[in-house]
Amino acid sequence: MVDLTCSRRNLMAVGGAGVLAALPLPSFALTSNEAEALVNSAVGDINVVIQSGANMNSMVNSFKGVFERYSDTPYIAAYALGNDGRSASQAQKSAFSSAFGNYLARKYGSRFNEFAGGEIQVQGSKAVNSYIEVNTLAILRNQSPFHVDFHVSDRPGRPVFFNLIIEGINMLLSERAEIGTMLDARGGNLDALISDLV
Amino acid sequence: MLIVSMCLPLSVKINFRKSCVIIALVLQSACTAPTPDAKFNDPYEASNRTNYDLLISIDRSILRPAGQLASAFPTEVTGRVASFADTVGLPSMVANGLLQGDVVGVGVNTMRFLINTTVGIGGTFDPAGAIGLVEETTDFGETLAVWGVAEGAYLVLPVFGPSTERDAVGTLIDMLFNPLQSVGTAAQLDYAMDARVANLAISRGAFMDTIDGVLYNSADSYAVARMAYLQNRRFELGLEPPVSDEIDPFSNEFSLEGFE
Repeated sequence: MVDLTCSRRNLMAVGGAGVLAALPLPSFALTSNEAEALVNSAVGDINVVIQSGANMNSMVNSFKGVFERYSDTPYIAAYALGNDGRSASQAQKSAFSSAFGNYLARKYGSRFNEFAGGEIQVQGSKAVNSYIEVNTLAILRNQSPFHVDFHVSDRPGRPVFFNLIIEGINMLLSERAEIGTMLDARGGNLDALISDLV
Repeated sequence: MLIVSMCLPLSVKINFRKSCVIIALVLQSACTAPTPDAKFNDPYEASNRTNYDLLISIDRSILRPAGQLASAFPTEVTGRVASFADTVGLPSMVANGLLQGDVVGVGVNTMRFLINTTVGIGGTFDPAGAIGLVEETTDFGETLAVWGVAEGAYLVLPVFGPSTERDAVGTLIDMLFNPLQSVGTAAQLDYAMDARVANLAISRGAFMDTIDGVLYNSADSYAVARMAYLQNRRFELGLEPPVSDEIDPFSNEFSLEGFE
């Protein structure tokens, strides 16, 4: 039912990323090849989940696993909370990080069926400031192809995504705005937000 | 996506006198300057939100159900409608490409129109796309941007949805002066409007979950749509995002302790 194409290179990359994930390597200079391999590998893993045909809850759980393996979850959570996180306790930060991961997996995991039969083609990559931007083209059936850029850094000592730009729309900025609004709606009560995100 | 497709200019014939009013609007659009330090140039937020709420109710009562209906059709059918809707929009893109001095865009879109209208049976198929002639999407809003007109304030137009002062003028001009009237086949002139409206429903159906997410499952749907429209539009126009949008995981903007 679903076929996000997976090349030979992707499959090799899946193996490579497995090794990287297993070893807590020291920080190194991230190369374009590594960043592109990460994208191919993540797309491959997401395909496996979509093709599993499991029920939505189980797919969302699998997406959370993929998300934790390939992305900089602490940074993404901290960025989304922004200045509102400064006064939070360690326990609140940790609880928010976990709840936010669930929220993202539910939010984006439930949309992957729109990618059925689609393909992500890596077009190239370039270094931007401290990270690598991997440019891809998402080709879905009967839709005009659209640009998706993955921002990859090696902040935790291994290559990880920390942002996604879809046709110019910055996901991390959107999530910071969304979390800010949700917090305002709860009178700034972080605990209330955390329990609603779980 | 909806936000983007809602801004597709529908080809409507409007008389000459009205077009003079529009030209006056263009000349006047020494667009509203942004307030310093404001995150968005949105001085008309109150009336924009009223129009936005109206859009949501139109979506709930008409567009969303139409999208569900469109999803039920086989892609063999919806694909023909989408191709036709695309083809009838091409002459306007060629004209705008000329006004922008975009030689490649003019060439690609002209070839697309000629090939798809003939080999592609009036535009219902896309053989041009199959040989790599992918649409160079453009409109009069982009022409104005190329000519140096400022973006102006964010606007939510009735029916058309998210826009800016510059793009609102562009949308009106594209509606008034559609070269399809001169170069289109009889069938293209007859069904252009229907196809573009039907195509809105098809796109709404194709991105049902994502659009529902923005419209119905956001904490502040208006704010999400505004941010998404402006970022997407600037991207289409080939503009770099502002420096304030830069995100650097190595900056020590905040402590990650506790989030690990």
